[in-house]
Amino acid sequence: MPSEAEHAFLQFDQVKKSYDQKTLVVKGFDLDVDRGEFITLLGPSGSGKSTVLMMLAGFEGVTSGDIRVENKSITRTAPYKRNIGMVFQNYALFPHMTIAENLAYPLQVRKMAKPDVKDRVNEYLRLIEMPEFGGRYPGQLSGGQRQRVALARALIFEPSLILMDEPLGALDKKLREQMQYEITRLHEQLGFTVIYVTHDQTEALSMSSRIAVFNDGVVQQCAAPAELYERPKNAFVADFIGENNFIPGTVSAIDGAEAKVAIPGGEIIAVAGDGLVVGQKCVVSVRPEKLFIQPTSHAYDNEVTAAHVTHHYVGDFIRYYFRFADGTEINLKVLNDLAAPNFSAGQEGKLAWLKKDCIAFPA
Amino acid sequence: MMKHLPAYYTIWHILGYYGLRLTAYLVLGFLMLPILIIVPLSFNVEPYFSFTQGMLRLDPDAYSLRWYEAIFTDQRWTLSIRNSFFVGALAAILATVLGTIAAVGLSSPVMPAKRLITALLLSPMIVPLIIIAAGMFFFYTGFGLVGSFTGLVMAHAVLGVPFVIITVTATLTGFDRSLFHAGVSMGASPLKVFWDVVIPLIRPGVISGGLFAFVTSFDEVVVVLFLAGPEQRTIPRQMFSGLREQINPTILAVATLLIVISVALLVTLEILRRRSERLRGEAF
Repeated sequence: MPSEAEHAFLQFDQVKKSYDQKTLVVKGFDLDVDRGEFITLLGPSGSGKSTVLMMLAGFEGVTSGDIRVENKSITRTAPYKRNIGMVFQNYALFPHMTIAENLAYPLQVRKMAKPDVKDRVNEYLRLIEMPEFGGRYPGQLSGGQRQRVALARALIFEPSLILMDEPLGALDKKLREQMQYEITRLHEQLGFTVIYVTHDQTEALSMSSRIAVFNDGVVQQCAAPAELYERPKNAFVADFIGENNFIPGTVSAIDGAEAKVAIPGGEIIAVAGDGLVVGQKCVVSVRPEKLFIQPTSHAYDNEVTAAHVTHHYVGDFIRYYFRFADGTEINLKVLNDLAAPNFSAGQEGKLAWLKKDCIAFPA
Repeated sequence: MMKHLPAYYTIWHILGYYGLRLTAYLVLGFLMLPILIIVPLSFNVEPYFSFTQGMLRLDPDAYSLRWYEAIFTDQRWTLSIRNSFFVGALAAILATVLGTIAAVGLSSPVMPAKRLITALLLSPMIVPLIIIAAGMFFFYTGFGLVGSFTGLVMAHAVLGVPFVIITVTATLTGFDRSLFHAGVSMGASPLKVFWDVVIPLIRPGVISGGLFAFVTSFDEVVVVLFLAGPEQRTIPRQMFSGLREQINPTILAVATLLIVISVALLVTLEILRRRSERLRGEAF
């Protein structure tokens, strides 16, 4: 019997899924999740992230590969025996039961004694800060309240694993932020493991311990939010997470982890992405907030020349648009303070940034 | 009255406005009068199917309840009333159970040959009754089911199933499958979720389907003519022979009672529909 330390709490081992026996929706998904982690599956719709969740919940079969919880395969366990809590986008509260009855349902299924059920329901109503709502029906609650009840209902039977399928997708922006805070709070307080599916990258970045970025049935990168943002592994991740400028260029030299790249506005030094070779066409990604307009007090390694196109006043920052001689557009964000410069259309400016803030990917 | 009409209305608009209303009332009268005419005639003191001078003068002596009395004192009528309710209730229960199960199965996304099976199950509604009745007669003869309550209940259940499938399928289209998944994820077996969650939510559809099935059996005569013996005589069958053998307003009295029952069922259906709408309105 191997000790627990040798195995991650939840393991996906080369999980594949095909609906029609021809095309794979999920192409070999590998992931080890430790107990208490908050893992987000992030990707555009149709990327296979929801399918992974459904396979984990047991509502979809696994075509090949294995899913293990505590080193025991669950692919042949019926969904109702997996002891996995689930939160749905449309809340999925039972409309004919009161809030208290909804919360009590998983406990009744487990044949818990009535007084204990009552205590536990009250405890969780307090936990979601809705103690006086037990007698109401779901139809009488607001969207945010319903999602809090749905969350409590998935937690109340103390499953070690909670799945959330775009749980905040139906809420407006303000409520969504409140609920993100709420979920993070409960996660820290109760220490359960979360697999969270979303297409909203802000949500993913602010809540997760690690994010698996999906595209086309394959995990492009799985890493902590900061690493994903600062060190994207390929152009898809760089583009999908946050905003990015992509400048086409040609690799003129590679020196260890650094590459010298000729771009329309001059020659720059960038971090060399995987698989980059000298003489190759490439794209250099650099984020709008890492760019500065000269003169600047910030340190910089690269400096290029481009013509000003226009700028948009956003509020807390101003977004400037520049164009290189070959027509490639680039935009940058400047904090809205006294240093924000004035430009007229067509006026030339110098843009500067650190070499560690740009990555050259093979084109 | 005129002031509700928009100011830009010309004489033609106004003519059209009232013309449409008049036509609508005429159509309504055309549909309802033949049914309603039966009601006063059933109180006729004379054994005729027409209004007497006394009735037209609203003379109380021209009206009586004698035909209603006749229903409840004539053994043939009491037997057929009992049979109608007995067969109708059993057929409705059978049709409701089978139809609900079929509808749930047909609403599943993994169900193969959905359209074909639906068409087959709904065919008793489309195929001419006389053909079904004749077919059943020959088929049931082989099993000795002709002239038995079992045979009649089964036949009427077949006729009622399409109504149950239609009403239950309609309620199921509004049913959110993630409710089912939610129940299962909480540890309840699919069967338990079905009882605890699916059935309560589709109950209005199930009940109205059952009522339709009951009414179908209740006023069905063709199959009864083929399959029922004297012991299984139902109300419509008794009316049918009554028309040929003993023409008197007892039939009209029975018809009036049937109208009252139908209206009561329709009102029940409407109440159920509103209830289910309210439940669903709260759910989303």
